[in-house]
Amino acid sequence: MEVVRPEAWHKPLPDPDATERPFYEAAARGELRFQQCPACAHRQFYPRALCTACGAAPEWAIASGRGSVYTFTILRQYHAEHFRDELPYVVAMIELEEGVKMFGTLTGCEPEAVRIGLPVEAYAVEVEAGTAIPFWRPA
Amino acid sequence: MAARDPVIVGIGLSDYPKAPHLSTLEHHAQALQRALADSGVQKGDIDGFLCAGVSGTSDDAVMAAEYLGIRHRYIDSTMTGGAAFEFHVQHAAAALRDGLCEMVLVSYGSDFLSRMGRTLGTASFGSSRRVSGGAMWEAPYGLPLVGSYAMVAQRHIFEFGTTSEQLAEIAVGVREYAGLNPLAMYRDPLSVDDVLSSRMIADPLHKLDCCVVSDGGGAVLMTTEERARDLPQPGVRVLGAAGGQTHWNISQMGDFTRSAAQQCAPEAFGRAGVTPADIDTIQFYDSFTITVLVMLEDCGFCAKGEGGPFVAEGHLKRGGRLPMNTDGGGLSASHSGMRGIFLLIEAVRQLRGQGGEAQVPNCELALCAGSGGYLSCIGTVILGRG
Ligand SMILES: [Zn+2]
Repeated sequence: MEVVRPEAWHKPLPDPDATERPFYEAAARGELRFQQCPACAHRQFYPRALCTACGAAPEWAIASGRGSVYTFTILRQYHAEHFRDELPYVVAMIELEEGVKMFGTLTGCEPEAVRIGLPVEAYAVEVEAGTAIPFWRPA
Repeated sequence: MAARDPVIVGIGLSDYPKAPHLSTLEHHAQALQRALADSGVQKGDIDGFLCAGVSGTSDDAVMAAEYLGIRHRYIDSTMTGGAAFEFHVQHAAAALRDGLCEMVLVSYGSDFLSRMGRTLGTASFGSSRRVSGGAMWEAPYGLPLVGSYAMVAQRHIFEFGTTSEQLAEIAVGVREYAGLNPLAMYRDPLSVDDVLSSRMIADPLHKLDCCVVSDGGGAVLMTTEERARDLPQPGVRVLGAAGGQTHWNISQMGDFTRSAAQQCAPEAFGRAGVTPADIDTIQFYDSFTITVLVMLEDCGFCAKGEGGPFVAEGHLKRGGRLPMNTDGGGLSASHSGMRGIFLLIEAVRQLRGQGGEAQVPNCELALCAGSGGYLSCIGTVILGRG
């Protein structure tokens, strides 16, 4: 996925542990990851130190970055600094081709044009050096 | 009825919806004083204490126990969001049956409105810029609380054809009951058009799909059937209580239309030996209109996806067969952050026949369903007239 580097990032930042950190580092290289369990094949996101289905240690898998809108909302009122200036904006739950769901801001179209089922692709926003988070835009 | 069956013998509400003169702990104290007066219980007899959401710190329960002067033998600070008090009733019922305590206080208080102002769930919570744990995967994107419920509503509309008009009917019905409650925050009659023409906050939820923000607290006193016989109020029996969790953060909700009520409501009904058709009134956590719709389906009052038409038929309204939130609910009367205890207190009033103009005729069975987080933790309690 494309990696975008904004001039500055004033919004909240992730504070990942050792299990979680590789996700953000991979995203900063343009790679979107999720977890798959070698024991039971369960796929999960967000990443954890265990498989939520069977308890085994999950492994990383690489996602295509393609998916569709599973559900979403258009935020029209929010008082939090750094978000209120961007209203209205869309936050969506994306169902990836690989079956896991990821959360994120959806940009690149009018909020009113967003529909459940809309095909989207991921892009990465580097929020600090070596750490990126997925955003989404119509594919 | 067995000697150690759990019974609610006292209830008290602190001042609401606006109480700038009361701190959180003063809400606890006032609600307890009123529950003691209501029940005739001696404060020194309280030996079980359950509370949540006092200050948000990990020493909540022991700090509140010290302030209130409770010498407990049993203590529990289970924190499942606004549903905590339904979980507390489940735990207290088991503790009473097991002889771990004799007289239980379940307590809540909040100065939410006086402290935070009216923010419609769009306030900025916390100031920390570094976020860890499950919230880390959402915090950078700016989704306020109302947005999580909006995502549930959006999916429900997509999957089942639910309409904004049907959701609005929930707010309209609750407002009619608020008109009968002199303390309710908003009492003027409401129409579906009023809801639909109120400002959009997070599509598809309008301002009037969202609960109010208020101050307020409550206290519930529970004991055994044996002890309840000596007390003046008719005891209200705890017939069945069960809880469950599907997620905590909204991104982990799964299919976004189903809650833990699908699992815990049947368990509560089973323990009580009754069915949804037997219930005379429901007291549901109406943080948003969609919260009610999802729990209504998951508790088995209608099939999954049929909540919209069910609500539009008017069953939840005054005069309907399943009157809901007879105190005006969170949507119109009061919501001080964790509304679960108000559900229990209003159900007890109804089962005692103290509902006044809002009294549900021949009210023998009530179901309280609390939702904590984002339909994350659901606690269901079935109460019966003594
Ligand atoms: Zn596994």
